Amino acid sequence: MWSLIQVELYKIFRRPRTYIAFGAVAALIVVIQLGLKIDGNSYAAFLMKDINDTLTVDGKVLNGYLICYILLQLLLVHVPLLVALIAADMLSGEANLGTLRLLFSTPFSRTQWVLAKFIAASVYTILLLIWLAFLALFVSMWVFGTDDLFLMKSNYVVLIEQKDVLWRYVGAFVFASFSLLTVTSLGFLMSSMAGNSIGPIVGTMSAIVFFTILSTLNIPLFTIIKPYLFTTHMNNWKEFFDIKVNASNEAITGSILNIPKIKTSLIVLTLHIILFVTASIMIMKKKDILS
Amino acid sequence: MKNYKVILVIGALFLLSFMSSMPLAAQLDPLIEKVSQKLALVNDYVAEGNMKTDVAFIKASLGKVKVYFKKPNLLKVKKEGGISLLPRGGVSLTINTLLNTKQYTTIPAGTQLVNGKNLTVIKLIPTDDNLDWVISTLWIDPIAALVYKTATTTKENGSYEITMQYGEYANYGLASKIIFSFNTKDYKLPNGITLEFGDEDPSAKQKALKNKKGTIEITYSKYSINKGIPSNLF
Repeated sequence: MWSLIQVELYKIFRRPRTYIAFGAVAALIVVIQLGLKIDGNSYAAFLMKDINDTLTVDGKVLNGYLICYILLQLLLVHVPLLVALIAADMLSGEANLGTLRLLFSTPFSRTQWVLAKFIAASVYTILLLIWLAFLALFVSMWVFGTDDLFLMKSNYVVLIEQKDVLWRYVGAFVFASFSLLTVTSLGFLMSSMAGNSIGPIVGTMSAIVFFTILSTLNIPLFTIIKPYLFTTHMNNWKEFFDIKVNASNEAITGSILNIPKIKTSLIVLTLHIILFVTASIMIMKKKDILS
Repeated sequence: MKNYKVILVIGALFLLSFMSSMPLAAQLDPLIEKVSQKLALVNDYVAEGNMKTDVAFIKASLGKVKVYFKKPNLLKVKKEGGISLLPRGGVSLTINTLLNTKQYTTIPAGTQLVNGKNLTVIKLIPTDDNLDWVISTLWIDPIAALVYKTATTTKENGSYEITMQYGEYANYGLASKIIFSFNTKDYKLPNGITLEFGDEDPSAKQKALKNKKGTIEITYSKYSINKGIPSNLF
């Protein structure tokens, strides 16, 4: 099995397309960091207009932790599209080239091949996430420095102490890995049903865009189906950055407001991954290889 | 002789009207003088303490702060290694900064029983139009010459109430605990800006809607008095 994974990883990282996602993530992050470095104070002043009417905020608000949060908000919606580029090509690409028949005629079973391909695609996804974490968190910390995390939500503000922030990012990135692996498995499922790469890639991207729109619309009809959509749960990494308060409205350091919500989301995402991968294996096992 | 009496009466009336039209600055209350003399013992101080922010739309934990004061009215509150939130303009209006300017006149307003203490109420009105505050009411313990409460209305930053408790530094007129109360304005950012499309903490949302009053509480643990502070710190 390990040798199969190695073969698949070799195939992934030999293709120039693989590096498009790494380049795109780096370019986006650097551009946003540059913009915020040059004109971040006016952006922060705009965000804090309402607060400044009542309070004076003293300290480094625009620090590396806040920059990382802003970057993740922007990028974790779009990175799934980059993941789809590779994941949705894993099986259909082989079918298109006519090499699928060759693979399945080796002594290894179809299930082993499909699993090896999924694991390889998952490694790519995790590496992309690590790359994103390195640039968004560590480079931002280096460029902008660190301080307390001052988060402005729509109806309230959360001020998290500097010493209480880093572990939340670790949690958020682990959570994000589940979100992206769900996209990987969806792309993989689409890939198992097609004979060329374009269809599954566009199909996966369309599904993500479609479900994301449904997840964000606050229309009562969609509210019923929202809990079952994986896109609703993908965004819940933000729960790591909301804290509990005690009776006298003091924030409790080290607390997370809604742990059950995180657990539920992780379960839903894991179930989606299992469902999509199992479906892919079943489809590939029954598939007539005609190319 | 009759003319002389008329001149005397006119003269007395003129003197009376002149005295009543004299600027109120001359009517300084002896109790305020007593408080000022006590505060005059302090040229500068650095105080260490814990700050608690209680504003409905803010979730913040307790933080260690340092408060710097220098005569006549320089004051800075600085959180140690972090972001601090302070009422806009209000934190600088402590009793030291109010009284040290000497640019006010006083109006006695009776006595009131506050927390079991019979306190003298005195209103201060600034004589300098450039000062930020419009009126300030002081609740003073006449025996100890300590100010226990102030309510100040400012030109641009709303009204503030400051409640004080005293401990071992009462001889200098320095409080061991200060509570700033102030009115908060609405806080609302569009989802498109915050990118928060999911459900937010409903209890925090509700609290923000209900409570329009905020408090900042500073409990001092240590004062370092008259040791000298550079002016560039403010």
